[in-house]
Amino acid sequence: MTGGLSLEVTNLSTTFETPLGAVTAVDGVSFDVRPGEVLGLVGESGSGKSVTLRSLIGLIHPPGKVSGRVIWNGQDLLSLPSGRLARVRGGEIAMIFQEPMTALNPVLTVGLQIEENLRAHTALDRGQRRARAVELFDLVGIPDAKRRLENYPHQFSGGMRQRVMIAIALASNPRLLLADEPTTALDVTIQDQILKLILSLRDELGMGVVLVTHDLGVVAATCDRVAVMYAGRIVETGTVVDIFDGPRHAYTRGLLSSVPRGGAERAPLLAIEGTPPALSALPPGCAFGPRCSFATDACRDARPGLLTIAPDRQVACLHHDAVAANRGQVA
Amino acid sequence: MHLLLYVLRRIIQLIPTLLFIALVVFLLVHLLPGDPASAMLGDRALTADVNRINHDLGLDRPLPVQFLLFLRNLAHGDLGRSIQLHESVLSLIAQRLPVTMLLTAMSALIAVALALPLAFLAALRRDREADILIRGTFQVGLSMPVFYIGLLLLTFFGAYLRWFPVGGYGDTFAGHLYHLFLPALTLALSLSAVLMRNLRQAILQVIGAEYVDFARAKGLPARLVLFRHVLRNALISTVTLFGLQIGTLLGGAVVTETVFAIPGAGRLMIESIYGRDYPVVQGTTLCLAVVVSLTFLLTDLAQVALDPRLSR
Repeated sequence: MTGGLSLEVTNLSTTFETPLGAVTAVDGVSFDVRPGEVLGLVGESGSGKSVTLRSLIGLIHPPGKVSGRVIWNGQDLLSLPSGRLARVRGGEIAMIFQEPMTALNPVLTVGLQIEENLRAHTALDRGQRRARAVELFDLVGIPDAKRRLENYPHQFSGGMRQRVMIAIALASNPRLLLADEPTTALDVTIQDQILKLILSLRDELGMGVVLVTHDLGVVAATCDRVAVMYAGRIVETGTVVDIFDGPRHAYTRGLLSSVPRGGAERAPLLAIEGTPPALSALPPGCAFGPRCSFATDACRDARPGLLTIAPDRQVACLHHDAVAANRGQVA
Repeated sequence: MHLLLYVLRRIIQLIPTLLFIALVVFLLVHLLPGDPASAMLGDRALTADVNRINHDLGLDRPLPVQFLLFLRNLAHGDLGRSIQLHESVLSLIAQRLPVTMLLTAMSALIAVALALPLAFLAALRRDREADILIRGTFQVGLSMPVFYIGLLLLTFFGAYLRWFPVGGYGDTFAGHLYHLFLPALTLALSLSAVLMRNLRQAILQVIGAEYVDFARAKGLPARLVLFRHVLRNALISTVTLFGLQIGTLLGGAVVTETVFAIPGAGRLMIESIYGRDYPVVQGTTLCLAVVVSLTFLLTDLAQVALDPRLSR
């Protein structure tokens, strides 16, 4: 792995003005991504994972407001003028989206959609861009690259479209890849291929990856570290091994026990009771409190902050020792 | 090759459509009370004279026979002779239709020139002052009848400010453009309101699309994102609407030509309806129908060109 750049996110918040008042979709999130590392961002739908990812590179539409700091290569992306931000986007930090069906422009050839990225970020001439596009299609495993470049998105299958999107994202050799549920819309067999592809590209190009997913199986198979999000906040971070072996937040514990494990002895599958709170009506104190069997009065008084309990290990729970000791029942 | 066959098939499909239009127009003009002779001779005409003229024109034969004769002449490219103007219908149309086409083309251009930038501005400033002002103004324009707008413009820019002539067509091409400006603007206003609303809505829809975010995430310059990814896609529905509106525009031209005293096909049609000049009414209607049908064909072709998903 080459000595690359890291991303440092501090106190990132994203707020949307709605007729019902301001809704904070991402609330004071901090994390970092090191070169060549895969960080998993995990949580249920609506926990703020995707919004976090989009906030990093300025893809939040008004009236959404983003605050905090996103330090990349010595500059704060949130205060960068749009022209310079455009150079970082796609050039240094690339993003792939969840839905390959809707993320490609339906009326432009995929060849053009790769080339416009190269045009924006490299000095390659027309012929070289063409050659690079063919090379990229080969890299992501799209057969018959030369001919396929002339095709439109609707002429590809879902898995192939996701490969096209990855090829576009990787066109200018980014140092960091933001992947927003890149496999959720795909068949399981294709999922595996795409994840393997991302990992092999990580190894080859030495880029860092932020992988947003709600699938813990995907996390176990691909990530180095994990950040678990709930109701717009990070509630626990750690290495994959630490988190899977000893979750210290009741929500993480609940997530893990609701995953069926192949090969393990038969055990009842546990669901987390209740539903995530609406962001416009968060309960006082710990947002997970109402669904948590460890909760006490203290949990309702104030929202617990992230505690660093070991290097690379943080948790936002007053009772993390109790959770770790596995006392009480998973809700 | 594929495209050529498609165009050919569409043109062949035109024939039954036109036959049907010919039949409907034929029946309509003959259902109108009155006849060419009474129209020519006035109220105090003698029945004998009226009958003689109608007999000379062949109008006393049974309707089906008249229709078949009309079709037989049509097949030979003969649209008949005008009863009032004593000229062949074809040469009348050849004089008048270009005027209407120029008027329509001019108003289409003006409509697009107005709608495109304003729709863009309104969409990008959604729900802010500019958007509300633009939409409000067009709403007023849209809710006024064409002839009324025409009269307003005529009074203000023609009679009061004297910037433009109040009627006529001019003698040179530049003169034509000058004379047609006010009528073209009149026609353009309601079309541009329709286009503006449609395009604004389409832009707003496309601007929130994932592929536009993806284009941004690629680091493309904002201008490129707007034109290549937003406008290009938003235009698909607007181009279709535009093509379909050309028919309406031609209909509006009939009224506008009357208000502005322009010697176009529209006014020719109105005058020949008053004079019960059956051959001219039938001929102009058929020609306008051909023009409209061809615009629809062009619209479909433009749509295929803009949206590759359709070309299968």
